[in-house]
Amino acid sequence: MVSQTFTILNPTGFHVRPTKTFVQTASAFPCKINVINKGKKVNGKSSLSMLTLGIAANEEVTLEIDGEQEQQALETLGKLLTEIHE
Amino acid sequence: MTRTLTGIGASPGIAIARAFTLSSERYLPEKTAIADAKREIGRFREAVAVAGSEIEAIRASAEAKLGAGKAEIFEGHLMILEDPDFIDAIEDKIGEEAINAEFALHEVSQSFVELLQSMEDELLRGRAVDIEDVSSRIMSRLRGVPHSDLANLTEECVIIARDLTPSDTAQLNLDVVRGFITEVGSRTSHSAIMARSLEIPAIVGAGASVRDIPGRTLVVMDANEGLILFNPNDEQLEAYREKKRTDDLRRAELAQLKDRPTVSRDGKRVELAANIGKLEDIQRALDSGAEGIGLFRTEFLYMGRGTLPSEEEQFASYKYALEKMNPKPVVIRTLDIGGDKELPYMELPKEANPFLGQRALRLCLDRPDLFRTQLRALLRASAYGNLKIMFPMIAVLEELLDAKKLLEEERAKLLAEGVRVSDKIEIGMMVEVPSAAVSADLFAPEVDFFSIGTNDLIQYTMAADRMNETVSYLYQPWHPSLLRLIRLVIQAAEKEGKWVGMCGEMAGDPNAIPLLLGLGLHEFSMSAGSILSSRELIGQLNRAEWSDHAIRALGMRGTREITQYVQSIRNGVTG
Repeated sequence: MVSQTFTILNPTGFHVRPTKTFVQTASAFPCKINVINKGKKVNGKSSLSMLTLGIAANEEVTLEIDGEQEQQALETLGKLLTEIHE
Repeated sequence: MTRTLTGIGASPGIAIARAFTLSSERYLPEKTAIADAKREIGRFREAVAVAGSEIEAIRASAEAKLGAGKAEIFEGHLMILEDPDFIDAIEDKIGEEAINAEFALHEVSQSFVELLQSMEDELLRGRAVDIEDVSSRIMSRLRGVPHSDLANLTEECVIIARDLTPSDTAQLNLDVVRGFITEVGSRTSHSAIMARSLEIPAIVGAGASVRDIPGRTLVVMDANEGLILFNPNDEQLEAYREKKRTDDLRRAELAQLKDRPTVSRDGKRVELAANIGKLEDIQRALDSGAEGIGLFRTEFLYMGRGTLPSEEEQFASYKYALEKMNPKPVVIRTLDIGGDKELPYMELPKEANPFLGQRALRLCLDRPDLFRTQLRALLRASAYGNLKIMFPMIAVLEELLDAKKLLEEERAKLLAEGVRVSDKIEIGMMVEVPSAAVSADLFAPEVDFFSIGTNDLIQYTMAADRMNETVSYLYQPWHPSLLRLIRLVIQAAEKEGKWVGMCGEMAGDPNAIPLLLGLGLHEFSMSAGSILSSRELIGQLNRAEWSDHAIRALGMRGTREITQYVQSIRNGVTG
């Protein structure tokens, strides 16, 4: 299992659009992807669960990834978390 | 009897038609035990598949009608149909509890709806509608009933509903639907956004009283004012018909100006830009026909938080703005904190006269660490668009030179690090301190542009605190003293071949624009909503004539005389 914590830079937080991109990307990986924010852990392949986290700007988000291609998933998804989105 | 209600005007325009009231009763399934869970799951999957192809059809038609951006919402709906935490939860429930698909769907969808509705963020709360929209479609399929009333409307009407789902809105038959009114919602709810792109009048958040309106009642809705009249009398009806004719005509005229350049009647080209204070404002600026961003206030990056924003954070925001506007220019103003804008975490000392104290660039030069971080972020972002950097609150030349020196030092460091930096960044300064206006000729050789900040320039010229109501009569943008300062700045700039903009409230004021055009202002930066009407106004003005009028105004005795003079000429010109 690999794990790393990122800070959300997007000024409006991690909203609908970035969540969509994140979940689509996450779903393409075979490994299990958990997203942890404010003490709550959800499935990174579920956009509804991701939205219920209400991830705001400057918050920390930890990715916990387990399984095939875990390192590659961590890098790709970590980058998405720290980018600026529409 | 006539009744009047008010709501939030979410999409402008006026509509007059009979009400079509959409029932807000929701189907509540009963829990029943089933014998064959496998078959029930199969029935659920089939309903999901049909719902999926229906949503895909709506998505495709929304994309054709409204463009890819607005169709995105339905991609979100399709994602809900594939969401493991949603679909698997329903199937597990059917299997484990041996209950009917309808009830399992209802339970799971309600649990997500409640979670989202309890969230602080308004945008996320709004997403609950998406789940309800998708769930009710699957529910209709499971029950074998037609899904929506709205797609089959054939009579001219104004729709009245508790709320409209995105798929309701996208399927509205625009040949007959004249507008809609909802009980709940805000300017940012989906139905509001859709209404603006469909260009139909909409009033949202009108409250529970809309429920009492019987179907087929005659309705007048003025979404410009957020006003709704039921059963208007003949006089009101006639007045609103007339108002609607004028309003429709005007809207069509202004819409044509969106992608046009701004040119005076005698052929002088000027630029209309938007003032923005956060990244979300950029799309609105583009939609409103802005030719650039004339003032990007960076304070939003520093406020509402506990620490200074990092270089990385700032870079990401600046890059986003520049890419989105490219190739149009973006004038970014460096931090303007102090005065009435405080940052608690910086623990700045209390000052007796904050407006005359260490604000904006004065503070930045005293705290070069903080300033250098912002300059580096700006320089790095410059590679991604058309950046112009502007320094606020400059009183003497040394301040400008010091700021430029820091900027050049950071540029050299970045280049040495191998970072890409544009070599075409224009450097400008705000003119808001009278000393800078009076001696603009001293600054002109050292800048690429000036931008006149009228709100502060007026308060400093008149020595009148703009927060103090007892001296508010001194807030006089048209006073000869102001016009003379503006003229000095423009003359000094022209001598050096530089341009002058204005980013105070005066730049978007239809009564000030003729004089400013006459004085030779090159760029007018205003709130996005004023751009199209300003473009139209400038198209009616003869700049050469207004140049003469402006010179005459400079010699008048006061504000009253000048405003009356401007009014009399404008009335003469536009009839």
